[in-house]
Amino acid sequence: MTKTVIKVGMASCGIAAGARPVYEYLQEKLGDREDVEIKQVGCIGLCFREPLVEVEKDGSRIIYGEVDIESLDKIIEQHVLKGTPVKEKAIISDSFEAPENKTLDKQVRIVLRNTGIIDPTKIDEYLEREGYKGLTKALEMAPDAVIDEILESGLRGRGGAGFPTGLKWRFARKAAGDEKYVVCNADEGDPGAFMDRSVLEGDPHSVIEGMLICGYAIGAQHGIIYCRAEYPLAIKHLNIAIEQARERGFLGKNILGSGFDFDIYIKEGAGAFVCGEETALMASIEGKRGMPRPRPPFPANKGIFGKPTNINNVETLANVAWIILHGASEFNKYGTGKSRGTKVFALAGKIVKGGLVEVPMGMPLREVIFDVGGGIPGSKKFKAVQLGGPSGGCLPESELDTPVDYESINATGAIMGSGGMIVMDEDTCIVDVAKFFLSFVQNESCGKCPFCRIGTKRMLEILERICDGKGTPEDLTLLEDLAYKVKDGSLCGLGQTAPNPVLTTLKYFRHEYEAHVNDKKCPAKVCTNLIHYTIDPNTCIGCTKCARVCPVNAIEGQVKQPHKIDDSICVRCGQCKSVCPVKAISVE
Amino acid sequence: MTCVVNESTAGMQQILEGIIEKYRGKPGSTIGILSAIQEKFGYLPEEAMDYVSQSLNIPSAEIFGVASFYSMFRFKPEGKYVVRLCRGTACHVQGSWLIGEQLQRHLGIEEGGTTEDGLFSLHYVACLGCCSLAPVMMVNGTVHGRLTPDKAVEVLESYRLEGKE
Repeated sequence: MTKTVIKVGMASCGIAAGARPVYEYLQEKLGDREDVEIKQVGCIGLCFREPLVEVEKDGSRIIYGEVDIESLDKIIEQHVLKGTPVKEKAIISDSFEAPENKTLDKQVRIVLRNTGIIDPTKIDEYLEREGYKGLTKALEMAPDAVIDEILESGLRGRGGAGFPTGLKWRFARKAAGDEKYVVCNADEGDPGAFMDRSVLEGDPHSVIEGMLICGYAIGAQHGIIYCRAEYPLAIKHLNIAIEQARERGFLGKNILGSGFDFDIYIKEGAGAFVCGEETALMASIEGKRGMPRPRPPFPANKGIFGKPTNINNVETLANVAWIILHGASEFNKYGTGKSRGTKVFALAGKIVKGGLVEVPMGMPLREVIFDVGGGIPGSKKFKAVQLGGPSGGCLPESELDTPVDYESINATGAIMGSGGMIVMDEDTCIVDVAKFFLSFVQNESCGKCPFCRIGTKRMLEILERICDGKGTPEDLTLLEDLAYKVKDGSLCGLGQTAPNPVLTTLKYFRHEYEAHVNDKKCPAKVCTNLIHYTIDPNTCIGCTKCARVCPVNAIEGQVKQPHKIDDSICVRCGQCKSVCPVKAISVE
Repeated sequence: MTCVVNESTAGMQQILEGIIEKYRGKPGSTIGILSAIQEKFGYLPEEAMDYVSQSLNIPSAEIFGVASFYSMFRFKPEGKYVVRLCRGTACHVQGSWLIGEQLQRHLGIEEGGTTEDGLFSLHYVACLGCCSLAPVMMVNGTVHGRLTPDKAVEVLESYRLEGKE
C-alpha cells in the first residue's frame, strides 16, 4: 500500500498565515498512523491562498487553500481517510477543475523546481529530485567547459544588474591567486522582493550546489553565504543543509573523490540595504561598515581579504545546477533576445494572486499581472506597476506590453531589479510612492557620496513639500535636475539608481505631480494635507459607529442625529469611512 | 530572544570574555561579536563595546562606527515585546503608515521608542518579505499579517494581557 503524503507549506509566509497550528493539528490527528506521512515543505508561491495543505493519495495530488481547523477536519475525514477529495476547498488538482490550476500553467519552474515540493531539511528528498547530479556532472568536465556551458546558456545576474554570469566566472578563473572565494549574495533588501528567501527556505541545497559548481569552475576553496538577519528560517535551513552536505561528502575535502576541496559558511548581515552592493557586501563580510568602494579593482581580482572573489545572488546560483545537468540549450530555449531562461517575480500590492511566480523571460507585463497574477482586486482600475524596488520605476498602463527582459525594461526607465513587482490601483498616490522610495534610499544611503547623502535628502524635502500642498512649479524642475545630478554624482548602484522612482513617475505621471502643485489636490486622495473628510448630514443615520472608531475623537454627534467631523482634529486615517454603514462619509 | 541581563561589571566581563574567545583570531568578526553581545544583553551597553575594544585592541570609535552603521544594533534596552512594523512597498500601498500612526497614538511613543512600563518598543523596518500578507508586523519572532489599524491594536493588547500574567 502506498502512503498518503500530506504537505504543509511552512515558509515564513505560510507560518505567518497560520500554517503552524494546521501542521500541529495534523500531527495530533494522524501523526501515529503508518500509512500517512506529514511533511513540512517550503513555499509553492500561492501566498494569497495560504495556509496551504497538499494531499497526495492514490496517485493524485490536490492542494487545499486557506485551510483552517474546521476545513482540516473535513479534509482528514473525507479525503485522507476515505479517499474523496473536498472539492470546495481544493485550489489545485490534477484530476478535476480547480480555481488555481491555470495559475501554474503559464509558469516554467527552474529556480523554483523544488520549493513547496520537498522537505528542505532532508537532503534525501533533494537527491531524489536530481539533487547534486549537476555537481557530479560538472566534476567530470574541465572547469573551462563548465564556464563555457554557463556562458552559452545566456544566464545573467538575477540580482538586478544582469551581468553575464559566465563572464563573471571567467574573470574570477583567470585572476591570479591560490585562494579564491565564492560569495552568495543573500542580502535580499529590496522591499517587495522575497524570492531569495523562498528559495533559501524551501530549497537550500540548490543554492549550495550552484556555489559548489561555481567554486569548481573558478578554482575557489571557500564559500560564504551573506544572508540578511531578517530571514531566521532561511539561515536555519541553510545551516541544516550545509551540515547534511558535509556528511554526504558534497562539501569538505576531496569532494566525490575528485580532489576538489570546498566548504561554505554563513555570514549574517545586520540590517543595511547598501550591503547588497558587492563592494559594500565584502566590507561587511570583513566586519567593517558596509561602505562601497570604487571599482576597479573588481572583486574578481581583489575581493574578500584581497583574494579573487566571485559574487552571485541566490536566484542566479539556483539556476546553475539545472543548466549543467540539462544543458545550456535546454535553458536558453526559454527567453528572448539577450535575456534567456526564466525570472521569478514577487507579485504584491493591489493584485488578486499575490505570491511568487516563475515565468519565461519575454512574457509581456500585462500577461504576468493579469493572466498569472489575476489582475486588480475589486472593481478598481490599474494605475501602475513598480518594478525593481527603490532602484526601479513605476510603469503605467501604456507600457504594459513591455516584455520582461533586461533591455526592454531598461528602455522604459525602470529596471528588472531582483524581481519585485508591486501593483498599484487608482487609490495609490504616485507622488506619495515616489516620496516613499526616496525616504527609503535616503535612510539607507551610506553617506559616502555627497550627492547621494544630501541630494536625496533635498529631493525628499521637495516631495514632502509637494505632498503637503506647498510645492511650486519650479520644484518640479529642481527635482528633475537634482535627480540627474544624484545619478551622475554617486559611486555605487544605490545612488546611481535612487532617483529612478522619481524620474519614471515624472515621465509617466507628471499630471499627478501637477495636480498636487497647481490645484493643491491629491487625485488618489492619499496625501493627508490635501484631503478632508466630511459627513453628509442628509445620509447620516447617527449610528455613532464612526465616532466610536475615530482614534482622535474628532467626530461629534448625538445618537440618531447627524454627526460632524472636526477637520482641525481629524488625522485622515479613513477608519470612519470604512465603518459607515450608509456611505455618508466622503473624502475630497 | 532578547533578555535584559543586569550583570555586575565582573559578571558582564565574564560573559564578554566568553563571547570574545569564540571569535579571537578570526578576521572580520566585529559584527558577529556585537550580535552575540546584543543577544545576551538585549542591546549594546557602552561598557561592553569599550571592553571589546580593549580586549581586541580595536579603537572603540571603530567598534561604535560599525555598530551605528547597521540598523539591527540598539544602544538602549528594548521593551519586552519588540514590535517591528513593516514599511516595505507592498505594506505601504496597503496603508501601513495608518497602522504606524495608530500604534504610536495607542502606545504613546514615537517610532524607535519604548513604553514607560517597558512592555513595548516600536520600530519601522524595511521589508519582512511577507508581502502577500501585507500589511504585516512582527512582534518578537511572530509575524501578524493582513492588518488594519484596529486589528494591530488588538494584537498588541493580547500581548499586554500575556505580559501581565
